[in-house]
Amino acid sequence: MALERFTEDHEYIRVDGDIGTVGITVHAQEQLGDVVFVEVPEVGRTVKQKESTAVVESVKAASEIYAPVSGEVVEVNTELAANPALVNEDAEGKAWFFKLRIADSSELSSLMDRAAYEEFLKQS
Amino acid sequence: MSADAANEALKRTPLYDLHVELGAKMVPFAGYEMPVQYQLGILKEHQHTRARAGLFDVSHMGQAKLVGADHQTTAAALEALVPADILNLKPGMQRYTQLLNPQGGIVDDLMVARPADPAEDGTLFLVVNASRKEVDYEYISAHLPDTVRLEPQPDRALLALQGPEAAATLSKHSPEAVTLGFMGVRRVPVGPFECHVSRSGYTGEDGFEISVAADQAVDLARLLLAEEAVQPIGLGARDSLRLEAGLCLYGHELDEMISPVEAGLAWSIQKRRREGGGFPGAERIQKELREGPARLRVGIKPEGRAPARDGTEILEPSGARIGIITSGGFGPTVNGPIAMGYVESSFAKPGTAVQLMVRGKPQPAHIVQLPFVPHRYLRKA
Repeated sequence: MALERFTEDHEYIRVDGDIGTVGITVHAQEQLGDVVFVEVPEVGRTVKQKESTAVVESVKAASEIYAPVSGEVVEVNTELAANPALVNEDAEGKAWFFKLRIADSSELSSLMDRAAYEEFLKQS
Repeated sequence: MSADAANEALKRTPLYDLHVELGAKMVPFAGYEMPVQYQLGILKEHQHTRARAGLFDVSHMGQAKLVGADHQTTAAALEALVPADILNLKPGMQRYTQLLNPQGGIVDDLMVARPADPAEDGTLFLVVNASRKEVDYEYISAHLPDTVRLEPQPDRALLALQGPEAAATLSKHSPEAVTLGFMGVRRVPVGPFECHVSRSGYTGEDGFEISVAADQAVDLARLLLAEEAVQPIGLGARDSLRLEAGLCLYGHELDEMISPVEAGLAWSIQKRRREGGGFPGAERIQKELREGPARLRVGIKPEGRAPARDGTEILEPSGARIGIITSGGFGPTVNGPIAMGYVESSFAKPGTAVQLMVRGKPQPAHIVQLPFVPHRYLRKA
């Protein structure tokens, strides 16, 4: 099973080799409500950890998606442009936002595992 | 102040416990804890209201009576503060107008109703925005003659039933209410409850606003929610419905700097008042009516899928700033992003191409005629 890590901003990154798949958690999409627009980054863009990399808009408001770790965007989920509601239906599955070639895997150690994230949700 | 302390200061409407029971997500709004959405979510609540009937708790709004010896006295007192013709408002009718400051800016927008019953002659009913009621009451009270008094009605709740099935649904409990035409008002029973009903609303749909004693509000709401056509609708959908209907929201399209003419509300200033003046800021408003205002409220349609929110700058194609968005988001019935805002009048013509600065990037858009979704008010011949 791939390594899974979470940020306090409710992004997840699923790591397979040096590629990390990034999206928002089920909890995050519940908080957002109906998602109506997603803006993904350009392939080839280099981002730093915590840099605003994508945008998700619900009926209520716009929210930024931050890169959980530094890296280069190698693939984006083009399906989200046509079907932003996929974020509500399958946030931690088909509705991933972008894939990063991870620049420095040691940054992963600053993130939470699922048990820690679930504890974080209980406390926030 | 901590979040808990802030919450403690928030007021609740008589329907608070019912909202929680119905699974609402409660948020602070204009000093009240209000439902932003229920379990359906904003999109489906919006669509349900356009397709069937939605029930809204708008008890946070300010209900007040203006009381004088006769209609002429009370109407004259109010006309000193608003540009609508209140004197010639017929019994059993209400009218939309604005409280104006001496500069012709908008202190608040409000509904004014004249009771149908001759026994109540001399009383006008006002419904004002929740966020402005203290300001309004102070402003009105300070400018009334000794012969007219303002009586806030904090013991009244207000429910709105809106949508194409609102009339058929309400008729089961109040055949009298559905005889009203658009903007008609009447004291009628709804089920066992004595209510003050108007045929109006804030969605662009046919519908009713029902004022009821606060201690009967939950029972009235349950009576209406028991109808198969009716779902409870939160403030989130209320906002997207009014935006599609091209209706103003105080603090967004309206504020103390903006005049009713700039806001595209000249239709609410009747001929007698345009000519005669006698309201605050009449000089500015009459000049704007004659010569056109410097800026105008417009509808804006972004060409892509990205919503442009409140505060987004509007540029002309060459890049010069010509205005700002005051409300923007996603229109579920339009199925795309929509916005309202102010532009310099020379750019206000529908079809005009503009750019919106969204997250630092210019996005193409154009000016469109309001509303985005045609109104379906009941117009009687």
